[in-house]
Amino acid sequence: MHWLIEPGLWSNDAVRTGVSVGAVVAVVSAVVGLFTVMRAQSFAGHALADVATAGGAGAGALGVAPLAGFVVGSVLGASAMEAIGVERVRQRDVATGVVLGGATGLSALFLYLITLNSSSTGSTQSILFGSLFLVSRTTFYVIAVISALVGLALAWLGRPLLFMSLSPDAARARGVAVRRVALAYTLLMAITVGLSAIVIGSVLSTALLIGPPAAALRLGRSMSATFSAAAALGVGAVAVGVVVSYDSYYWWASHRALPVSFCVVAVVVVELVAINLAQRVRDRSSSTRRA
Amino acid sequence: MFSSFMTNAWLVGTVVALLAGATGFFVVLRGSSFAAHAIPNGAFAGAAGATLVGVTPLFGLIAFAVAAGLGIGASRHHRSDVVTAMALVSMLAMGAAFLSLSAAYEPQVEALLFGEILGVASSSIAPVILISLACALALAYMYRPLLLDAAAPELARARGLNPAALEVGFMMTLALGSALTVPVVGALLSFSLTVGPPAAARLVTRRPGSALAASMVLSVATLWASIAASYQTNLPIGFFVGSLSALVYVIARVLTRRRVRTA
Repeated sequence: MHWLIEPGLWSNDAVRTGVSVGAVVAVVSAVVGLFTVMRAQSFAGHALADVATAGGAGAGALGVAPLAGFVVGSVLGASAMEAIGVERVRQRDVATGVVLGGATGLSALFLYLITLNSSSTGSTQSILFGSLFLVSRTTFYVIAVISALVGLALAWLGRPLLFMSLSPDAARARGVAVRRVALAYTLLMAITVGLSAIVIGSVLSTALLIGPPAAALRLGRSMSATFSAAAALGVGAVAVGVVVSYDSYYWWASHRALPVSFCVVAVVVVELVAINLAQRVRDRSSSTRRA
Repeated sequence: MFSSFMTNAWLVGTVVALLAGATGFFVVLRGSSFAAHAIPNGAFAGAAGATLVGVTPLFGLIAFAVAAGLGIGASRHHRSDVVTAMALVSMLAMGAAFLSLSAAYEPQVEALLFGEILGVASSSIAPVILISLACALALAYMYRPLLLDAAAPELARARGLNPAALEVGFMMTLALGSALTVPVVGALLSFSLTVGPPAAARLVTRRPGSALAASMVLSVATLWASIAASYQTNLPIGFFVGSLSALVYVIARVLTRRRVRTA
């Protein structure tokens, strides 16, 4: 029965690794992304994914391990953004834009060099849009370890970061090293985005970083409930997206499956819209009750 | 370098760079770089969709760019960075789906993303110039309101300006301009011209009129240098547009360093 869940889906090794790596990345992205959304740093979060792409393409051109390229690229990008200046929001916007523009120029160069030196096609698309099903077991373990480290660092930074995200002036008055914590957070975000960009592509990376946290924040629960909700929404989107993408192979006579990135993003958008609508209905009913 | 097959590249490139310099001045002023990045990328998905359906890519480009501009413009002041991010991501994902359904040839994808300025057809020159003129007129019409809204939003509102309508109008102009620049310099790079040179111009001078002029001059200079360098070295033009735009900003930053610090 080719219906909803294809038989053999879970016995496929590539799918199993893909789903596990997707779930790990979804959890880290959701937790890191909550601060990205609260601090209105979505642009930087997205730009770092594109900068990571330039790093990945550079690694491809040099023949180095792509994972290193992605992570090094995005960390360098984050440092450049911080160096240009992030004090005021307007300035931050320009700093991010300039770094992003320069990095896309570099990706253009590296991708060109890759196509010159190899006969393999498809590298542009796999770098931009990711390839969840092409992750090897070893890459999965490396990613799991780095993700755990990011989680630990965030747990340590969490309190001052939350404080200064909600009220920077009060945090500064209480002696929080605002500039240093912000820099540390941007670097953590860069590592997270670099990891997720190699696994799921720069497109999906932004979707998982921003979508589930924005939806979870809309629910308006306690902080720990928001963290769990964001992580659950992210993992759910990856799981449903993978199943739909796998199934879509049978939808058309041409047997062209829908890309995983598209399916996961679609689920994230549906989650966000549904939660927004539900909250709006609830807000309205509670305000009429009060009136 | 100036042989006949290069004429179109120089002509269209100059028009596109002038427009990017002018639009970019307002982008930097209003802090809407994210929208300026998201709209051309959305337009890229539109071109991919048009190829799938079998329509002229320009229709897809304009339709998607305008949709993105409307969506982002309408949501201003309401967590606009989250909305922009989600709009961008959904459109890119759609682009990925269109491409894999139509199995487009990879070089075509690269051309859409990174531009193919040497491949500008003579038939596309007239539309490019017409749409640029329309955008330039729209910007001239909105020049004073945009400046006032950026400098003193409360005063602008008191004078009866509608900030929401202004934002949508500006985003529409940005969208039309992007739809035009995507096939020429590519989705990823029309953005570089829109941010690097204008941000540099803003550092060099504080007066809005001269900053606007400086922005257009720097943008054209960046593009000319990129075409020349790409012709000489055979490397992709996107590389030069991207890195030279960033370089222009860094140079302006270094030159004005003392003044920024004392100010």
